Amino acid sequence: MNKYRSWFAATAVALLGWSATWDAAAQTADPPRIVVKNFMFQPMSLTVKAGSTVIWTNMDEEPHTVVSSSGQFRSNALDTKDSFSFKFDKPGTYSFVCSIHPQMVGTIIVQ
Amino acid sequence: MADDPALPSRRKALKCMAFGAGTLFTLAGGVFTPIELAAAAVDRKLTAGLGKPLFVQISDTHIGFNKEANPDVDGTLKRTIELVNGMSQQPALIIHTGDITQLSKPTEFDAAQQMFSLLRTTEMHTVPGEHDTADATVTEYFSRFGKASDNKGYYSFDHAGVHFVALINVLQFKAGGLGTLGPDQLSWLAADLKGRSSSTPIVVFAHMPLWTIYQPWGWGTGDADQAMSLLRRFGSVTVLNGHIHQIVQKVEGNMTFHTARSTAFPQPAAGVGPSPGPLKVPAEQLANMLGITSVLVVERPRALALVDTTIA
Repeated sequence: MNKYRSWFAATAVALLGWSATWDAAAQTADPPRIVVKNFMFQPMSLTVKAGSTVIWTNMDEEPHTVVSSSGQFRSNALDTKDSFSFKFDKPGTYSFVCSIHPQMVGTIIVQ
Repeated sequence: MADDPALPSRRKALKCMAFGAGTLFTLAGGVFTPIELAAAAVDRKLTAGLGKPLFVQISDTHIGFNKEANPDVDGTLKRTIELVNGMSQQPALIIHTGDITQLSKPTEFDAAQQMFSLLRTTEMHTVPGEHDTADATVTEYFSRFGKASDNKGYYSFDHAGVHFVALINVLQFKAGGLGTLGPDQLSWLAADLKGRSSSTPIVVFAHMPLWTIYQPWGWGTGDADQAMSLLRRFGSVTVLNGHIHQIVQKVEGNMTFHTARSTAFPQPAAGVGPSPGPLKVPAEQLANMLGITSVLVVERPRALALVDTTIA
């Protein structure tokens, strides 16, 4: 009985520890990203927590821009492998477009 | 391709398109008469009757582009300038229909202006392309070329009895949509055309096509029909655009629509391939896909003739 209890406690501690490490890694090392490829924002829709910084990176040979439809943010022209980032502080739905190719659209949902 | 008897003008335009590079179009009463350039060169009487060069359209120079489709856009622009400077009669004006630069960078605009200063014809009128208004503050183009339009992007002027209208359709994009002229510009256009005689030849130029060529790639202008309804009463309307880096034409009544080649790189035909990105062609073929459009005044009957020339 004691043996089982200590096994359970050890496992629980290990799981908690793993879970804490995993959360920290998710918040610091891996910011939400949108890749621009083949004239498309990928993913086209991204959900993030308030306070997150989203990074857009252009992987096309053609330049693209990231322009908020309601005027909150606007990048310069991004050449191949250039990036743009914007920090979303307030919850809401933010749509954006490439001003060079306005058929390219995307949405950030901030919770 | 379906032959629609209800659309004779479209059928005619498509027939003209098939002539491709090296075709000269004379335009009288809105009807194209295609003449093979080779034939025109042999028959001097044919070209002699064509009259004076009114202006040359240069488009999509994309200074700053350095990818595989053309690693030397400065070189191809310089060849273009030599071609224009070498014309036996110099045009009175140069019209640039946008995408002067690739990324709206100050250094790109400076380099482009430096090269334009080599043109023997010094009067140049411009409209911006979306590549020229891609800086975050949208100021680089207007700080250099905004004076003619009081930084609005649209303006008009007269030359040799022709009324020229410059329109901007690369701002105020609707997400997922086509280019936009916007209500302010449309009311200005109505006021600008009001009171003008219907016999005044009109040349309209803007970067993006003023008719829908291919909606999925944004090749069109959403509210262009409102502008066209204001222009329809005129006896001769020539609409010149760039943006798609290839020649596409349409004739509708007295209105002739024409897109110019780029001096930088070709693009695929509408809907061919996954995206409208630069088209890579073998180096020796590139010069055949780059060029300019010359517009000549024909005296009898008084009309405008469009001639497309490659830099090859």
